[in-house]
Amino acid sequence: MIPAAFDYVRASSAEEAIALLGQHGDEAKLLAGGHSLVPLMKLRLAQPSVLVDIGRVNDLSYVRDAGDHIAIGALTRHMDVENSPVLAEHVPLLAHAASHVGDPQVRHRGTIGGSLAHADPASDLPATTLALGATYVAQGPNGTREIAAADFYQGYLTSTLEADELLTEIRVPKMNGAGWSFQKFNRRAQDWAIVGVAAWRRGTESGVGLVNMGSVPVLAGAVSAAIASGADVADAAALAADDADPQADLNASVEYRQHLARVLTGRALSAASA
Amino acid sequence: MEITVTINGTAHTADVEPRTLLVQFIRENVGLTGTNIGCDTSSCGACSIHLDGEAAKSCTILAVQADGAAVTTIEGMAAADGTLHPMQAAFMENHGLQCGYCTPGMVMAATSLLAENPSPTEEEVRIGLEGNLCRCTGYHNIVKAVMACAES
Ligand SMILES: Cc1cc2nc3c(=O)[nH]c(=O)nc-3n(C[C@H](O)[C@H](O)[C@H](O)COP(=O)(O)OP(=O)(O)OC[C@H]3O[C@@H](n4cnc5c(N)ncnc54)[C@H](O)[C@@H]3O)c2cc1C
Ligand code: FES
Ligand code: FES
Repeated sequence: MIPAAFDYVRASSAEEAIALLGQHGDEAKLLAGGHSLVPLMKLRLAQPSVLVDIGRVNDLSYVRDAGDHIAIGALTRHMDVENSPVLAEHVPLLAHAASHVGDPQVRHRGTIGGSLAHADPASDLPATTLALGATYVAQGPNGTREIAAADFYQGYLTSTLEADELLTEIRVPKMNGAGWSFQKFNRRAQDWAIVGVAAWRRGTESGVGLVNMGSVPVLAGAVSAAIASGADVADAAALAADDADPQADLNASVEYRQHLARVLTGRALSAASA
Repeated sequence: MEITVTINGTAHTADVEPRTLLVQFIRENVGLTGTNIGCDTSSCGACSIHLDGEAAKSCTILAVQADGAAVTTIEGMAAADGTLHPMQAAFMENHGLQCGYCTPGMVMAATSLLAENPSPTEEEVRIGLEGNLCRCTGYHNIVKAVMACAES
């Protein structure tokens, strides 16, 4: 399968990418690792007329300790998130979640920025960064703005990013020793999650993100509210599907997804509380 | 668009349409057909090659993305005199292939895995090859071959 024809331009900096997006309008799309976009283009589910390749904007590939948070360049590949010693120390939940994305070949190419911008509720990193209270930095023609992960996801494959903006950085608060767990339920190796749960806990504080539990990644606020008011893990986990609006598909009915969310949240919080 | 990709040490320059996939470039422009297309949907790993030393699925990369890069395909693994790469030899000795369709991709993924983790456990080998499917389901001997190669 071959994509529909398109024009290809390469940007060497964020500024150049933004200028190219402005110049080519709505028909242009950014290309990072290409591991969501190229498969869609091969299936002709996406037919952009211009691709702006940002894959060589190397100064957007980094993981840095920025005091209270870790700053991750949008072009950082999954493999580099997974293997980052800085993340292993300060945000181990994210490094671990990245190791569950696809397979090694996918992780050698796909980027964190591409994964978040793609806004697929079945992806592992949107829900994980949501659980961690991350902030995304977007750059456009008028400068940069910060977007809380909780405000970023608008609908299936839809985010608040403007057509001429790109994600440049992901800021993730340090976990400061919080317990954590990532639970991914799938039927075969390498598959996407049927349901996934990313959770952390520090005393009465917690964050729980749900993968594939609706048209957007979901923050299970009811669970964290229960933990904050002293509920035990089982009672809190029983509320895991309360904030979600899951859909049925070939893999799972709505009820099965809700069940999985409760069970996996229970497992994740038990591990995070240990 | 004119691109130059170094494949198995030889630079290949060609004028390609941007929509040309890397696997297509390797097979059709360069004529190296050892890299197979299995699923064409990024799942099976038959098309795995090394891009700048790391395993990647060439059906999911545009040739223009590989402009200036170094690619190794299965044809580049054996020595010039035909001596098999240790991973190829291990597959042969351990019966790590049946029909052989998945084998080029398996060998490329397995060598990339050992470059990152030279002494993996059996479980790490199984997880490390999760992007490669074998329809003959010879996984047991494939894993045995990779373990044998790591130990030698
Ligand atoms: C076989 C396979 C299995 C996979 N399994 C999983 C899995 O289990 N879990 C999972 O989470 N993911 C999975 N993925 C998806 C993978 O994580 C992708 O790498 C990721 O979703 C997209 O990142 P990318 O860099 O490849 O983005 P691209 O495909 O290049 O881009 C994706 C979208 O984001 C836009 N974009 C890219 N970068 C930016 C940016 N910096 N700013 C603004 N917009 C941008 C593009 O325009 C495009 O619309 C899988 C992919 C494959 C092929
Ligand atoms: S042909 Fe590329 S992954 Fe199957
Ligand atoms: S040996 Fe036949 S597909 Fe693997």
